[in-house]
Amino acid sequence: MSLASPATNIAPAIAVKNLVKTFGAFYALRNISLQIAPGESVTIFGPNGAGKTTFLRILAAISRPSSGEILIDGQPLRDATLAHHRRLGVIGHQSFLYDDLTAAENLLFYAKLYDVPNASQRVQEVLSEVGLRERAPDRVRAFSRGMQQRLSIARAMLHQPSLLFLDEPYTGLDQHAASMLTSWLRQLRSEQRTILLITHDLEQGLALADRIVIFLRGQVAWEKSTRGLDQAILRQVYFDLVAGGAAPMNRSAP
Amino acid sequence: MSHWRKLVALVWKDLLAEFRTKEMLSSMLMFALIVVVVFNFTFEPGSRSTREAGPGILWVAFTFAGVLGLYRSMVHEVERGCLQGLILAPVEYGLIFLGKAVGNAIFIFLIELPTFLLFSIFFNFDFWQGLDKLAVIFFLGTIGFAAVGTLLSAISVNTRTREIMLPILLFPIEVPVILSAVNATASALAGKGWSEITGWLKILAGFDLIFLLVCFVTFEYVLEE
Repeated sequence: MSLASPATNIAPAIAVKNLVKTFGAFYALRNISLQIAPGESVTIFGPNGAGKTTFLRILAAISRPSSGEILIDGQPLRDATLAHHRRLGVIGHQSFLYDDLTAAENLLFYAKLYDVPNASQRVQEVLSEVGLRERAPDRVRAFSRGMQQRLSIARAMLHQPSLLFLDEPYTGLDQHAASMLTSWLRQLRSEQRTILLITHDLEQGLALADRIVIFLRGQVAWEKSTRGLDQAILRQVYFDLVAGGAAPMNRSAP
Repeated sequence: MSHWRKLVALVWKDLLAEFRTKEMLSSMLMFALIVVVVFNFTFEPGSRSTREAGPGILWVAFTFAGVLGLYRSMVHEVERGCLQGLILAPVEYGLIFLGKAVGNAIFIFLIELPTFLLFSIFFNFDFWQGLDKLAVIFFLGTIGFAAVGTLLSAISVNTRTREIMLPILLFPIEVPVILSAVNATASALAGKGWSEITGWLKILAGFDLIFLLVCFVTFEYVLEE
């Protein structure tokens, strides 16, 4: 079976087929198959241990799958890792920031790795966007969890990625910073960037997505377009699935 | 050119962070100096046994302090997931290895000079005698040590017993480097000419070349889960 989108000749931004990841005898992911169209925004929900982060780490080429096929823009991920990383922005559980460098130095370092043109100017821009311009000369060690998360967002924005993986990006953010992140994600959606968001916040995840996917025990238990989907239905489905510990079922077409 | 800029950025990041705190350098230097001082209690300065054991003592100080530096340098990378940040950047894994290895080698070089100065005072060696030869020996020995050490520190940092795992993995592989460096250092300190140490230098250079290449190529498999 081809992983190209059946409706169009445009290759999906991400196409995953029969993805399996095991840690010893434990199956973290079981035969995941999923396609994400270019410019599509997909939110993944699921209880702790459902395999969401493992899935994202494999798509980011940090972790190698045990088996299965992953295509990024029609290219096998293994063959195009550098090109994939060049246009990928990731916000994960950890900040990827060096404690003993200042906020500006951290961003300048990553800007150089990403070949960002006019790096110093771009660093000042993103620091302003996340409200940390005043703290640019301060060491990250002195930052609160929320400020580190803001800086982490700035790091992910630096190279203006066309593909974004966000793993619980709202963690630790105050209301102002959360609202800033939501605005940024809305802007990215309007710019047709491809977004894969993992969150436990059903309301936020629904508002920011074109499609919802629910993971359970390493499998896609449910997926549906957000068109016509309201929060009450989503909540009902989610809690029914999680409470039932269901195996894959009711896998709606997007 | 882009590769060069990225390599410089990788090294610059390590140097900047370390020169700001000096946590790693100070602990490495203290460790090396303590080794020299403690051995000084045992050996009589200028005696024959000191002449024979001196080069070994010097390299014990360098390698033990080096292991401490290698370990801490890699721990800094995993503390906030920074190593993942590097993996996610559009940078070849080999370049990440080179950046870390060059940074580690610079830190070890920096502790070698004061350690050797103290060693030459305590053990009654002429600091200036054979310094040109010693500079080459220290350079080649340190490159080989840092190259293998960087690769193995990346392997051991994810193990539960990472503090002890690095020296266990490192020292058996470093035997050719330490052996060559100790013998070459002994010849240089004894005032022998280049012809006496060329053989050891060739082994050191060969080891450096082979392991730099092997580590450059295999670093990718160390970083992947």
